[in-house]
Amino acid sequence: MTYLPKPKLHHPSLQRNRVGFTRRDYEGAISTMCAGCGHDSISAAIIQACWELDIQPHRVAKISGIGCSSKTPTYFLSASHGFNAVHGRMPSVLTGANLANRELLYLGVSGDGDSASIGIGQFVHAIRRGVDMVYIVENNGVYGLTKGQFSATADQGSKSKKGAINTDSPVDMVGMALQLGASFVARSFSGDKAQLVPLLKAAMRHKGAAFLDVLSPCVTFNNHEGSTKSYDYVREHNHALCRMDFIPHHAEITAEYAPGEVHEVTQHDGSVLRLHKLPESHDSADRVGAMNYLHACQARGEIVTGLLYVDPDAGDLHAHLDTTPAAFNTLGEAELCPGTAALEAINAGLR
Amino acid sequence: MNPLQATNDFVVKFANVNGSGSASANELFAKSILRMGVPVSPRNIFPSNIQGLPTWYEVRVSEAGWLGRRGGYDLMVAMNPQTWDADVAGIAPGGYLFYDSSKPLPKTRFRDDVTTLGVPLTAMANRHWDDPRQRQLFKNIMYLGALSALLGIERDVVVELIGEQYRRKPALREPNVHALDLGRAYATDNLAPLGLRVERRDAVGERIFVDGNHAAALGMVYGGATVCAWYPITPSSSLAESFQTYCAKLRVDKETGRHNYAIVQAEDEIASIGIVTGAGWNGARAFTATSGPGISLMNEFIGLAYFAEIPVTLVDVQRGGPSTGMPTRTQQSDVLFCAHASHGDTNHVLLFPQDPHECFEFAATALDLADRLQTPVFLLSDLDIGMNSRLCEPFAWDEARRYDRGKVLSTEQLEAGVPFGRYRDVDGDGIAYRTYPGTHPTRGSFFTRGTSKNADAKYSEKGEDYIENMQRLQRKLATARTLVPQPILHRARQSAHRGVIYYGSTAPAMDEAIARLEADGTHVDALRVRGYPFADTVLDFIDQHDQVMVVEQNRDAQLRALLIEQFEVDPARLIPILHYDGTPITARFIVRGIGERVHGVGVAQLRDDKVA
Repeated sequence: MTYLPKPKLHHPSLQRNRVGFTRRDYEGAISTMCAGCGHDSISAAIIQACWELDIQPHRVAKISGIGCSSKTPTYFLSASHGFNAVHGRMPSVLTGANLANRELLYLGVSGDGDSASIGIGQFVHAIRRGVDMVYIVENNGVYGLTKGQFSATADQGSKSKKGAINTDSPVDMVGMALQLGASFVARSFSGDKAQLVPLLKAAMRHKGAAFLDVLSPCVTFNNHEGSTKSYDYVREHNHALCRMDFIPHHAEITAEYAPGEVHEVTQHDGSVLRLHKLPESHDSADRVGAMNYLHACQARGEIVTGLLYVDPDAGDLHAHLDTTPAAFNTLGEAELCPGTAALEAINAGLR
Repeated sequence: MNPLQATNDFVVKFANVNGSGSASANELFAKSILRMGVPVSPRNIFPSNIQGLPTWYEVRVSEAGWLGRRGGYDLMVAMNPQTWDADVAGIAPGGYLFYDSSKPLPKTRFRDDVTTLGVPLTAMANRHWDDPRQRQLFKNIMYLGALSALLGIERDVVVELIGEQYRRKPALREPNVHALDLGRAYATDNLAPLGLRVERRDAVGERIFVDGNHAAALGMVYGGATVCAWYPITPSSSLAESFQTYCAKLRVDKETGRHNYAIVQAEDEIASIGIVTGAGWNGARAFTATSGPGISLMNEFIGLAYFAEIPVTLVDVQRGGPSTGMPTRTQQSDVLFCAHASHGDTNHVLLFPQDPHECFEFAATALDLADRLQTPVFLLSDLDIGMNSRLCEPFAWDEARRYDRGKVLSTEQLEAGVPFGRYRDVDGDGIAYRTYPGTHPTRGSFFTRGTSKNADAKYSEKGEDYIENMQRLQRKLATARTLVPQPILHRARQSAHRGVIYYGSTAPAMDEAIARLEADGTHVDALRVRGYPFADTVLDFIDQHDQVMVVEQNRDAQLRALLIEQFEVDPARLIPILHYDGTPITARFIVRGIGERVHGVGVAQLRDDKVA
């Protein structure tokens, strides 16, 4: 957090990407999050990922609900349209926006209160429908804007800043996303940019419902001893699945690996996810295996991070509905209005 | 008592058991009279049940063309033993009772002043068919046959309609015609023709016969809606389903087979309106169809769409209250609620269609207005219009008509340097310019949120920014007054100092009431309001009359409340006439209501006891 305005002029030597933008062109307004908030790190990772992917900022729509996390879209991609919608209802707004114009990249930014409590129904059904989106939950287990109440992802036994113990079972959104049919499921940690940026890039290049749970400690209300969402706790219990490199479709693949050392997944747009395999890591194409692995780690008190599951050939809602390739918002009378002759025939059938 | 004698002017009521397949036979009955050139208006009266409970179908035959519910019935087709006593008791003196005489009934179950017409339908069905379901269905067709013979409905007309109904299943045509003839033969051989007669006329003309939900769905197709999100709820479900059917026929790309539409049956009404809001924000025409309980759930989004200025079109097919409350009954009881839906000084555009023809027209108009005004627009239909087939003017579409997409800046305009501030009132009409996401690489992007913003859509909680925005929204509403469908004035034949204001599904009953009052020498000017906020001519009408009555189908005189609110007229000047028992309002009720006011009966007393 800083109150110093960012200078509009950029240094001429700043590196430009393939579409001519510097990393700073992907920034937004000055953040009003608390200093050290995990959410700011996620915003920075989104900026980095979009810049590295050569995404045109105006071809992104960033949609959020209500809460600290939902405020963050103001703080990245200022050249994109943004929509701070209704609490818990980002998924439906994003679904409608996506139906209206399938050509944009849809970033759904939400939090654990927004998605796991008030908005759990919409989370469930947007995932079920396979809306082509990157659904990011900035998960801190606490309501920050209203000063520290537990959210539904808070672990049982976790202690609040005021000393209360949470007695409710937590909602595991990653497990739910897997069960509900999300075609890209990952978890990461706001403090691990090296892991988060490639995951974001892979999710942005995924066709279908991509769900990304990012543990993002709340420095003000949930970073104390006894919390299971603090920086220290997450670092101590982080079980990173495997390192993943994201290789865009235009990049040449040069490095060579011994058989079994890496596993490569080619996505819809030709981009490659290169997973550096660990002996105990599971198969990213195995949904049931991912669920078992997730729950086994959870039982051991470990927080699994990394890419849990990806189906590179998944369809999306547009495919299910067999919609026309053109964006609906470009269609006019010629495509939409059946005309007077058809109406006359309908009238004749109603006499 | 002499049996009733009437030609082309009577009411037949069918009492059936829900789920017995009677709807199809009953509709054939109504259509066959229409095909003989005589207007009919049928109404389903059905409780909220799935199978086994009573349901009624009422057909008013009116050569004069009165399409409102008349009240009472002259011929009862009593096919439901459960409701027999009440069904028989309700027959007009001198009327007729048609029943299944397979089992003898004691004389005490009949009335002396009613002509009984027994046909052993069950016995005949059992004799001719083995399959229980067939027995039931053909029993329905046999009573149709018997009634057609008794009333003088031409056989050829019914046979033609059966042929049309089974065009795709020709094997079913013959057995149905056979059942029809069995019924006709029995009636001809055993019963005398009735005093009630149908005679061929030419009083239907080019009019079509359709229900309002189908009509509104087709209007959405013609109006260019591409996204429909909905959640099933009586009495609106058939609207979204018809949209699906029409789109499958009319909106599939001929070359690619791909769909120029997307329909999402959402998980609830909140998601429905959220999807519509997202689509509207992103430049697609989108709508949802629901009823009162759905609007309740949608409130937060409706407010956001109002303040964020996003085009949203909603169809509310009104019914009775919440939960299990009267979902299959009609009312105009969401008017005030929709006008002010959501929290924080909101005011919404409402359209009041009178029949399916206007449902079609106003659906397309609503999409235009939502884009033009960048706000939620409600099409306020009701169960009476939505779920009953009604004779109305054919659907019309001007080939030259273009969609009004409102004030949207294009890539070229932004490139040319047209200044953009999302909520700036550039033209003085309260309507600002908007941009669709993804239009221009460096210009025109903005952040959409509720009221915490300035005219350039930057975050602001300053009081002056808030007030500036709220006052602009008021100017926008003033613009809306000139854009909504304007009221239609029906002047009395002689100059009148009394006026009546009405809207929506009250129209057919009102047309008839006015004619009857006029025949009795009571002259009343009538103004049919078609949109809210009200046009200034509505105030002119109030000012021009000493006494103005407002006829509505709700308890709280909701449109009257809006009139008082908008025009700040003395409430004493607007006399409510209210019908709210869940059945459609009748001309008899209106005539009595206006008659009593004209003779100076106290308003409070009338409000209490006026139930049809």
